[in-house]
Amino acid sequence: MAEKTIETFEVKRLEILDDEGNADKALMPSLTAGGIRNIYEGMLLARAFDERALSLQREGRLGTYASIRGQEAAQVASALAAEKSDWIFPSFRETGVHIAAGYPVHQLFQYWSGDERGMRCPDDLNVFPVCIPVSTHLPHAVGAAIAMKLKKQKSAAIVYFGDGATSKGDFHEAFNMAGVFRAPVVFICQNNQWAISVPLSRQTAAKTLAQKALAYGFSGIQADGNDAFAVYRAASEALYKAREGGGPSFIECQTYRISDHTTADDSSRYRPAGEVEYWKAKDPLKRLKSYMEKEGLLTEDYQKQLEGKNERTLDEAFREMERIGPPPPSEMFAYTFRQPSRRQEIEMRSFADGGG
Amino acid sequence: MAAVNMVAALNMALRQEMEANPSVLVLGEDVGVNGGVFRVTEGLLEKFGGERVMDTPLSESGIVGAAIGMAAYGFLPVAEIQFMGFIYGAFEQLASHASRLRARSRGRFSCPLVVRTPYGAGIKAIELHSESTEAMFAHIPGLKVVVPSGPASAKGLLASAIRDPDPVLFLEPTRLYRMIREEVPEEPYTIPIGRARMAKKGRDLTVISWGSMLHRALKAAENYDADVIDLQSLKPWDEEAVMASVKKTGRAVIVQEAPKTCGFASEVAAAIAEEAIAWLRAPIMRVAAYDVALPLPRLEDFYIPKTVRIRNTIDEALKY
Repeated sequence: MAEKTIETFEVKRLEILDDEGNADKALMPSLTAGGIRNIYEGMLLARAFDERALSLQREGRLGTYASIRGQEAAQVASALAAEKSDWIFPSFRETGVHIAAGYPVHQLFQYWSGDERGMRCPDDLNVFPVCIPVSTHLPHAVGAAIAMKLKKQKSAAIVYFGDGATSKGDFHEAFNMAGVFRAPVVFICQNNQWAISVPLSRQTAAKTLAQKALAYGFSGIQADGNDAFAVYRAASEALYKAREGGGPSFIECQTYRISDHTTADDSSRYRPAGEVEYWKAKDPLKRLKSYMEKEGLLTEDYQKQLEGKNERTLDEAFREMERIGPPPPSEMFAYTFRQPSRRQEIEMRSFADGGG
Repeated sequence: MAAVNMVAALNMALRQEMEANPSVLVLGEDVGVNGGVFRVTEGLLEKFGGERVMDTPLSESGIVGAAIGMAAYGFLPVAEIQFMGFIYGAFEQLASHASRLRARSRGRFSCPLVVRTPYGAGIKAIELHSESTEAMFAHIPGLKVVVPSGPASAKGLLASAIRDPDPVLFLEPTRLYRMIREEVPEEPYTIPIGRARMAKKGRDLTVISWGSMLHRALKAAENYDADVIDLQSLKPWDEEAVMASVKKTGRAVIVQEAPKTCGFASEVAAAIAEEAIAWLRAPIMRVAAYDVALPLPRLEDFYIPKTVRIRNTIDEALKY
């Protein structure tokens, strides 16, 4: 008889780009100058969309909106690591993912204005509709990933969620199933430290979220979530591993929700201003911009051009949403089933007759 | 054509649909090596292999949630939840996702998923193996609910459920699994979802039931000149067949195994009251279980509506 250690684990954290914009060359992912600009442009548009959405909401022209401010690197850099054939499963705070995936911007305005048609993903993209109940979409990504494996396709599913999601049952069931079936899925947690007013310390007693993957039989890594290069590298490696038959991975992107939970929230009620200021100094866009300036990838002209282009993109997208207008009331009856039931047909006729 | 029980009929439907369409998958707890705890999936693993017949972790939400992802990706998954009493872990997946995916994505993604689960009382099982909470699911827009009452209808309805482009909850009355043997055609066939079956024809009253209770309803109505309607589908349900019969007979007795309050009989009764009250000669009557937690086996027989209760209700309706 003996008592011995039968398993040991370690959890790695990946940091490549520091707050001043200096990158660790040895750890840099393979990215061309164009690839880096692509990430930056996506992050800049994501932030511009976010700012525009917040101001439109204040003017009463959009409904409740969940800001992504501070999470642009975690979203854009990871989504840009995906291929078009990969399937993306977003939560409700994923504007940067949508933008990086090439989702039509006017449809994002449509969705946040309260029009379901905004979630009608274009045929050439594979972005699942926004998932409101926290963590319940993780099993969908696992199922799609198992399906990809059954079809022998070299694709992966990539699913986004927050730190709050790691406390829920579906997180466990999805992670567990992904491990058992070696499903080609990449779990990306944006640990933004807050689930509305509840801090990470009330979600877990574990030192990291990344380590949770180990209990399910696959790897978990923590990345500096405000570091576009660390996120891109971690996501690229995990996606490559998934497509090559290596099974699931978990990436904890440590980041911070700079804004309120949604436009219906007031975070000054529950968190110290100093904490927000601390994280503002770690702004993912500022870091990447400093790097690009140092490397000669960004000039003032280019920056101005981008800002102007983004303003035009957003103006046009919002105009397009307004041009399309609200959905016709009959739209509510569409798509419950492929064929409406007899009762629905009666309801539709009564509605069309003005019976209400 | 051979006389088989419901387990064999369901197995035949699964086997034939899997043979006909390589997209059909089976997943759930114990469905593979063990062939399902009631043996409905027996032999499927051997015939179709582990990629199409998947033993999963003990994970109701994971099973249904993953099946949603598979369905959206183009497969036709048939997920098994071992007993309906354990389905609540997957309730959110059905109520918040499977039933809404088509609407939420405006038709870009759909969920051609079947969730099969044994349900209902009468097999003297331990706690939470006997409830019938079909009404909770029939209430959800975007989810179909089907209940066969015998081997032949089980085979045809399951084939329809698997071919249906939308999610279907397929409830298999455990009491009937091995109770009845019936001639079931060998070749594949379907019974349309949303259509009732006239189990017995008559003129004086209409008895409406589904699943296991249909057999007690038939027994109770044996010596009466009654229409006995087997609803087969609860969502959508065949209002036309029920209204036509009730307008003819002027009396309606609805029999369900579930507790009375907010059961599916209430939906049927309300619709009859709305559409056919002018033809009624007697109050609409419901025979249901009591509004109590389903008792353990020693009291189970007192809980399930007995044939005599149904017969007394029929007599009551005929007094008017």
